[in-house]
Amino acid sequence: MIEIKDLHKSYKMGSNSLHVLKGINFKVEEGELVAIMGSSGSGKSTLLNILGMLDGADSGEYTLDNVPIKNLSETKAAQYRNKFLGFIFQSFNLINYKSALENVALPLYYQKVPRKERQEKAMKYLDRVGLKPWAAHLPSELSGGQKQRVAIARAMAAEPKVLLADEPTGALDSKTSYEVMDLIQKINDDGNTILVVTHEEDIAHMCKRIVHLKDGVIVEDKKIEQVRAEQYV
Amino acid sequence: MFNRDRWREILEVLTSNVWRTIFTAFGVCWGIFILIVLLAAGKGLENGIKQDFGDTATNTMFMWTRATTKAYEGLPQGRGFNFKISDVQAIRDNVPNLRFISPRNQLGGFGGNNNVVKGIRTGAFNVYGDYPEIINQDPMAVTSGRFINYNDIDEKRKVAVIGLGVKNDLYEKDEEVLGSYIKIQGVNFMVIGTYKKNNSGGGEEGQKEIFVPFTAFSQAFNQGENVGWMAITANDGSSISQLKDKIIDEMKKRHKVHPEDNRAIGYFDLYEQYNRVESLFGALKAVAYIVGIMVLLSGIIGVSNIMLIVVKERTKEIGIRRALGEQPWSIKKQILMESIFLTIISGMVGIIFGSLVIYGINSLLDSVGPVDMFMSPSVSVGVVTGALIILMVSGLLAGFIPAQSAIRVRPIEALRTE
Repeated sequence: MIEIKDLHKSYKMGSNSLHVLKGINFKVEEGELVAIMGSSGSGKSTLLNILGMLDGADSGEYTLDNVPIKNLSETKAAQYRNKFLGFIFQSFNLINYKSALENVALPLYYQKVPRKERQEKAMKYLDRVGLKPWAAHLPSELSGGQKQRVAIARAMAAEPKVLLADEPTGALDSKTSYEVMDLIQKINDDGNTILVVTHEEDIAHMCKRIVHLKDGVIVEDKKIEQVRAEQYV
Repeated sequence: MFNRDRWREILEVLTSNVWRTIFTAFGVCWGIFILIVLLAAGKGLENGIKQDFGDTATNTMFMWTRATTKAYEGLPQGRGFNFKISDVQAIRDNVPNLRFISPRNQLGGFGGNNNVVKGIRTGAFNVYGDYPEIINQDPMAVTSGRFINYNDIDEKRKVAVIGLGVKNDLYEKDEEVLGSYIKIQGVNFMVIGTYKKNNSGGGEEGQKEIFVPFTAFSQAFNQGENVGWMAITANDGSSISQLKDKIIDEMKKRHKVHPEDNRAIGYFDLYEQYNRVESLFGALKAVAYIVGIMVLLSGIIGVSNIMLIVVKERTKEIGIRRALGEQPWSIKKQILMESIFLTIISGMVGIIFGSLVIYGINSLLDSVGPVDMFMSPSVSVGVVTGALIILMVSGLLAGFIPAQSAIRVRPIEALRTE
C-alpha cells in the first residue's frame, strides 16, 4: 500500500540546515496497523507529513497504492489527500462552527457528493463511532474523547486507502485514550490500513507493528503481539 | 454560486464577529452613500439650471440684421437692411429639417419708455408681433383666455396676450382682464388672454411681455414687410448649429450681402449655450464619481483589511480543510464571495440610506417651495445599477489579496499554529 525508498528531508534554519530524515526505507501492506515511535525530534511527524502529502520530500521515492507521489501541484495534492488519506490529529482539528455531522460530511463535500447522500453517509460513520445522538452538537459541546471520535468518523467518511493518525491520544486521559484505540483497532479489523504516530509505549503496543525512529533513521521495525484495548475500557 | 453550504458558511463567518462586520460594512456603506448623494445633488443643480431654460426649445437660434461691412454688387458698405416676410418662405424652401421659423417684430425693450396705457396707469413692456408657433419655441402657460391664432393673423385683429406681470401693473386686483382694451403706442388692442412663463431665465421681465398678431403689429406700427428678427428651431434629429450657416448664406444671397461679410447678420445660437451647460454638468458628474469612488475606496481597503484578519484567524481552519482535500481554488472562491457579499450588502444599505436622504430633501423642498438653482435631486436606476457594479468589482478587488494569502499558507504551517 505504502512504499518509501531512501527518503531524505532537511529543513533550512537560517544558515544551517537541519537534516531530519536521513534515508528512510519503509513498506506498509494493506490492512496493517503500524505505530511509528520515537522521541521528539526523531522525525516521526515529518515522516507523517510527507506521507500525508502535506510536505514534500527532498529526495527519495514515495508510492501510495501504486501511484507515485511526486511534484504534486497544490490542486492535485488536495485531490489525492481527499481520495487516498484520512487524517486524525492530536488536537482533533474539528471546525468549531460546524456541527459534528457537518464536520464528518466535509471531505464528502469536497468530493462534490450531493447534499442528501453526504448527510446520510456522514450519519452512518457518526453512528459507527457511537455519536449519532450528538450529530447536531458543535465541537465545543463535546468531550475530548467524543471530539476525537468525530475526527475519526470524518477521516473515514471519504473511505480513504490509509488513515494517518498523529498522536491521536496525545490530548486525552488514559481511559479515553483506550476507548479511541479500541475504535481504531476495530476499524483496522475491518481491513483499513492505519498508521499511528505516538510516543506512548502502551498505545504503540496496541498496534500490530512498531517502527522505531531515532535521529532520522529507522532503528527498529518489528511485528508485535497486539494488545486489545477493549479489556481496559 | 448558489450552494447552500457555502452561503451558510459565509453567514456564519460574517456573523461570528458582528460588530467588526458592522464597522467594516460602514466604510463601504458611507462611500456609496456619498456617491449617491453627490450624484443626486449634481442632478438637483442640473435640474435647477435647466429649469431656467424652461421648456424653451433649445435647438433654436435667433437671427437679426445689422449694417453691412463690405461693399457688394454695387451696394455700399454700411448699408442697413431688413429681413422681409418673404424670407421666411425662402428659408423654409431652401433649408431642410427646420421645425419652426418665427418672424418677430418688437417694440420697447430693456429700460424703454412707457409705451402701454390702460386707463390712468402706464407701463413699459416688451411688445412682440408674433405668429402662433412662438408658443412652442418660447413656451408659456396660458392662464386665461387663449393665445394668438391664425385667424388673428389673417384678419390682422388687434388683440393682445399679456403676461401676469403686465396684468399686475395695469389692472386692479380683481378687475376683469379679458375683453378689456390696452393702448400700445396709441393703438388700442383687446386683451384676449394672459400667460405665465415657467422659466425663471427672464425672471420678472419674462412675465412683462405682450404678444400681438404679427400682421396686426406690422400694420399698426408701420413695419410693412419688415421682420425685426427670427427665431428658428430645427427638428429634433438635427442640430441648429449645423444648419445655421446655410440659413445665413441664404439670407446673404437674398439681401445682396457679400458672402464673406460675417457681421451683416447677427445671431445667437441657444443650442451652443445649452451644450456648454450640458458639458458643465458632465464635468460635475465626473467630479461626483471621482470623489464618491475615492471615499468608497477607503471603505474597500477596510474590507480588504478585515478579510486579511479573517484569513489570519482562520489559518488553522483553512489548513484543516486543505488537509481534508479542499481545492485551493475553492478556498479562494470562499474568501472572495465573503468579501463580495459583505461589500454588496453594505453598499445596498448605503444606497438605501442615500435614497432616504434624497427623499427627505425632496419632501423638504416640496414643503418650503422652490429654491434657486436647485430642484428635485434624484438618481436614476442606471446610476444605482452602476453603483452595484462598482460594488461588485470592489468586493472582488477587496477579497483578492486576502484570498491569495489564504491559499499561500501551506496546510502544514497552518496546522502547526496552535
